[in-house]
Amino acid sequence: MSVNDDSQPLLDVRDLKTYFFTEDGVVKAVDGVSFRVYPGEVLGLVGESGCGKSVTSLSILRLLDAPGKIVGGEIWFEGRDLLRLSEHEMTQVRGNQISMVFQQPVTSLNPVFNIGSQIAEVIMIHNPNVKKAEAWREAVNLLRLVGVPDPERRAYAYPHELSGGQAQRVMIAMALALRPKLLIADEPTTALDVTIQAQILDLLRGLRSQFNTAVVLITHDLGVVAEMADRVAVMYAGKIVEEAGVQELFANPLHPYTRGLIASVPVLGRVRDYLETIPGNVPNLIDLPPGCRFAPRCQARLDYQLDICTQEEPDLIEIAPGHKVRCWLYQDREMHTAPLRQMAQAKSSVRD
Amino acid sequence: MIQYSIRRILASFPVLLGILIATFVLARLIPGDPCKAILGEKATQEVCAQFAERYGLNKPIYVQLGIYMGNVLRGDFGTSIRFSRPVTTILVERLPTTVELGLAAMTIALLVGIPAGIISAIKRNSILDVVTMVGANIGVSMPVYWLGLMLAYLFALVLKDTPFWLPPSGRLSPGVTVVPFFQVFGWPVPEAGFWRGILDFIARLYLFNSLITGNWTVFKDALTHLILPALALSTIPMSIIARMTRSSMLEVLRLDYIRTARAKGLIERLVILKHALRNALLPIVTVVGIQVGNLFAGAVLTETIFGLAGVGSILFEAITARDFPIIQAFTVVIAIGYVIINLLVDLSYVFIDPRIRLE
Repeated sequence: MSVNDDSQPLLDVRDLKTYFFTEDGVVKAVDGVSFRVYPGEVLGLVGESGCGKSVTSLSILRLLDAPGKIVGGEIWFEGRDLLRLSEHEMTQVRGNQISMVFQQPVTSLNPVFNIGSQIAEVIMIHNPNVKKAEAWREAVNLLRLVGVPDPERRAYAYPHELSGGQAQRVMIAMALALRPKLLIADEPTTALDVTIQAQILDLLRGLRSQFNTAVVLITHDLGVVAEMADRVAVMYAGKIVEEAGVQELFANPLHPYTRGLIASVPVLGRVRDYLETIPGNVPNLIDLPPGCRFAPRCQARLDYQLDICTQEEPDLIEIAPGHKVRCWLYQDREMHTAPLRQMAQAKSSVRD
Repeated sequence: MIQYSIRRILASFPVLLGILIATFVLARLIPGDPCKAILGEKATQEVCAQFAERYGLNKPIYVQLGIYMGNVLRGDFGTSIRFSRPVTTILVERLPTTVELGLAAMTIALLVGIPAGIISAIKRNSILDVVTMVGANIGVSMPVYWLGLMLAYLFALVLKDTPFWLPPSGRLSPGVTVVPFFQVFGWPVPEAGFWRGILDFIARLYLFNSLITGNWTVFKDALTHLILPALALSTIPMSIIARMTRSSMLEVLRLDYIRTARAKGLIERLVILKHALRNALLPIVTVVGIQVGNLFAGAVLTETIFGLAGVGSILFEAITARDFPIIQAFTVVIAIGYVIINLLVDLSYVFIDPRIRLE
């Protein structure tokens, strides 16, 4: 599946900048991120911990606490810039049109309320006319929908009585209660056992096709992305470094970082003496060196002896339809610095 | 849940028994001879022997304990050595003053302390937060007697002849009398005995008594007399509650489920008051339980300053006079009050946090 350019994007994030103003300095956690999500599509947002993917998702719903602050950009959703809405207008978007599922399902539920009332609450917040009994019935239906057994009785359970997988089902029920147009799932399976992960992904996939909900799936797990996403954006140190359809990305990864990520995934049944790693660490986001943020860890830069990588930052450019990359290897600044560009284009066009 | 409650209630009986024994023993460990303390240094040995005979002080200590426990279970705390009156009568006269003062102080402490703590937590590191917390620190460190004197000076002297004048001492103005509610309602009551004692006790809670009988003159008079001492007594628990509320709220506000509550589209007020406060309540309730004990200690000074004939002043007098029956009785009653309050605190946990039911 590739990008459907004709339709209007549901979510259009433009040049989002979210900084954390700490005592040590300004942490540029998200620094000029742009992406679009189309109705009904699943966009995978991939990257290492600390690359800014969670901050991006929290920025969309404006749920960041101090010292985090959105300092620039626009977030267009259904014709409105969410960053310009009042706090009150924002509460009407949250949970209603855009909802969120978090990484730690058990601690994301309030321990002192039973799960039925927590689901019913989101229904009543956005529909003041709905009576409590009615909302409760709907909550039970939702629990049934997400595959919680014996939902009439389970609705009275408290979060500490649930397993992680059950709790995540409850979170999903809560998130989908009002059939939002967009669901942001922030590492929804990371805290779960592998077998439960598959169940939750199946559930998300089923519900997504049932309600045609667009999903921003945030994960560090390329396996999850391969299974779920239509399109993938790879983030590194607060910037998107590559964006492509999921098959294109796995077949033809361009950015050295993306390649490193894919190479470091162990493959079942293939025994290797050692796993590929990306040397070095994610850079300190307070004083970033000039140039490409990945340059200090980049082997390709050395192989091709590109000096510009440490001097100037590359732009995110479209190499092939729907495939964007932020790397000097592909960027023709003075008509001679992009050694890999033609190769990449050739490969891509063969596939198309 | 019922099982938990029953278990907690049963568990408090050994504590009460321990209190009885401990107070009995402690009272006898206070140095000094009660005979000499009451009758004077010049009391002869003969007189003292008579004195000991009369109050059972010559019997072996375990016999004294046995007699004492039997009497206490029948609601009889013996006769005061100093005042030569039944201790139970003195209790019924004195205790309501202290209870009313304590309840009023705790009410003020809660009504001010919890909102102050919440606001401080929400507006963390703002001017408001700093002012509140500095205020709380001053509140904890301010001696009750000094604050009491200052309040009395300010409201009774400086603000004299203004509408803000408040009386500096006593429970009622001269000439104001309280008619016990059972007389107003014309209830047939026994002349004396245990139930009469209970009714007298309730009737001496002036605010309550005037409230249920609808006597607004007395109510207003009692209230104006109560404000200053209650305010003085409330500052320490108020400050501690405010600080505990703040730290507990700060702890809760950064948890995942608060983010969930916001992500659901709840307005901030409900996020705080519904999702955060209920979770922050456990440590606050615990502190309230502990502060009840300190309230009694503070009441001794407050009563002295504001001329209230409560438990505090008589307990002081009883200790200097080695008046064992009074010391024991009041200590036991205060300790029982403390145990009951903490039992209520424990039981309230169950309502606040469902996770406790399983344990």
